[in-house]
Amino acid sequence: MIDLKNLTIKIAHDAFAKGEYTAVQLTQAYLDEIKKNDKDIHAYLEVYDNALIQAQFADKAIATARAAKKDFPLLMGIPVAVKDNILVKGQIASSASKILENYRATYDATVIEKLQREYGVVLIGRTNMDEFAMGGSTENSAYGPTKNPHDLERVPGGSSGGSAAAVASNETLIALGSDTGGSIRQPASFCGIVGLKPTYGAVSRYGVMAMGSSLDQIGPFGKTVADAEILFNAIKGQDIMDSTSLPEIKTEKIPENKKFKIGVPRDFLNMGGIDASIIANFEESLKKLKNLGHEIVDIALPNLKYSLAVYYVIVPAEVSSNMARFDGMRYGKRVSGGNGIEDYFLSREAGLGREVKRRIIIGTYVLSSGYYDAYYNKANIVRDIIKDDYKKAFEKVDIIATPTAPSVAFKIGEKIDDPLQMYLEDIFTVPINLAGVPAISVPSGVKNVNGKDLPIGMQFIANHGREDMLFAVSKSFLGEKNN
Amino acid sequence: MLEIKDIKKLAILARIKLSEEEEKRLLKEVDPILGYVAQLTEITSIVGEAKKAGEHKNVTREDINVTETGTNTDAITSNFPEKDKNYLKVKKILS
Repeated sequence: MIDLKNLTIKIAHDAFAKGEYTAVQLTQAYLDEIKKNDKDIHAYLEVYDNALIQAQFADKAIATARAAKKDFPLLMGIPVAVKDNILVKGQIASSASKILENYRATYDATVIEKLQREYGVVLIGRTNMDEFAMGGSTENSAYGPTKNPHDLERVPGGSSGGSAAAVASNETLIALGSDTGGSIRQPASFCGIVGLKPTYGAVSRYGVMAMGSSLDQIGPFGKTVADAEILFNAIKGQDIMDSTSLPEIKTEKIPENKKFKIGVPRDFLNMGGIDASIIANFEESLKKLKNLGHEIVDIALPNLKYSLAVYYVIVPAEVSSNMARFDGMRYGKRVSGGNGIEDYFLSREAGLGREVKRRIIIGTYVLSSGYYDAYYNKANIVRDIIKDDYKKAFEKVDIIATPTAPSVAFKIGEKIDDPLQMYLEDIFTVPINLAGVPAISVPSGVKNVNGKDLPIGMQFIANHGREDMLFAVSKSFLGEKNN
Repeated sequence: MLEIKDIKKLAILARIKLSEEEEKRLLKEVDPILGYVAQLTEITSIVGEAKKAGEHKNVTREDINVTETGTNTDAITSNFPEKDKNYLKVKKILS
């Protein structure tokens, strides 16, 4: 029996290298867990039927490397779950939407190509999500919600809830998600695992279905910081197929036991609406960081309070443009009407879910003549000012710390009929996407509710291109050894 | 305040058919959201200064065909909702 609960990439890799078990055996162990638990959790929309074949390929490459006494990549033979909005050639990619129910990807996303070709990972299946990544609970999936492994009556967070739940319930070792306003970090927080939203441009977006194009980033989930780091390092890099991807910033290696200067935006934390258990846990975490030798200082981010208003103008605006391609003409669901134009109306009515329609309508409104200046232009001006707030803050501190979410995982159905309340869940994560800086969520404790331990997350934010600082401070915080 | 006729108009612009019930629900849901984001329209004094254009730059490439003709034809056409050989079938536009 492989101890999946305590497994890390490094441990699995060493086991492969020593011949203790094979990639096929490891993949089978995860497939067994999926078979046993996923009918309750519903993290996966589909388990790929070629997962074991991929593992066999990895085992062959590993055997060749071992025979030649050569190293092989850390990720070789490691199972990875993929959010359903990332394209894997030949596989269905539906974004948890009815309109793409039978859509088969015609090419590999750059991250998938890298993971398969350069690293030989095993893609184990595609995970559930809020339709087209719009939502924070996975309840907006057209295929039913994912459940939180810590309490099946609660949401796993979203939109990448399936990926987070799969990692947390040992149905995969690591997973890919996408984060537009918190869609990796908030589910990581709710499920008690590690999730990273990279710097905008650090990871190619080629092959991820666009939601808010100026905010979307693909990022990793893992049970440990080191696992998230390994996966991030494998998928990052400039890509000719994504003109918004950036060349890597070369930085000096961070010395072990480096002490960081950590800023806390006090005003932002005092604005209300945050669960008392979250505040208490956050203060405790700050104490812990201080005891570890890090310096904690108060900082001001005066325009952060406008973040959600900016976000919920820019995102629907980009959504209404990006969703225009789903019209039932060239691919996806087509519902036949009396004429060509009716085909559009009927296909979109039948194929798109409530939240998607809601955002399209809002986006159409804020971009319409007469409102464009008041909403969209103003939002972009304020966005630049929020960016500036961060820029100034990072002249004084290395890291900014906040809670990841204002509450622990809420109950399924609790917020679904109040979209504005659902949007307010994103208060700590949204500003980071607006500024384009990287942020990580790491487990910082639990809140016991009715005998169930519900995870709480801590968010660390760094300046552009400084994911290395996030990994270093997170490892220090969690007491994870650098390796 | 939005009215039902505004929702109807936006739905037409967005090419989505809505039932009467959906129109009513959207009106109820969208109005508070627009009310919330309207705080942007009220900001007159902003701490800091808006950046001037110039921070962003265009990235261009040669307009050339990077894959050989026919490479992805089968994969793409197999996703067509309706087809005739390799042609995508849609309803007549001019009648």
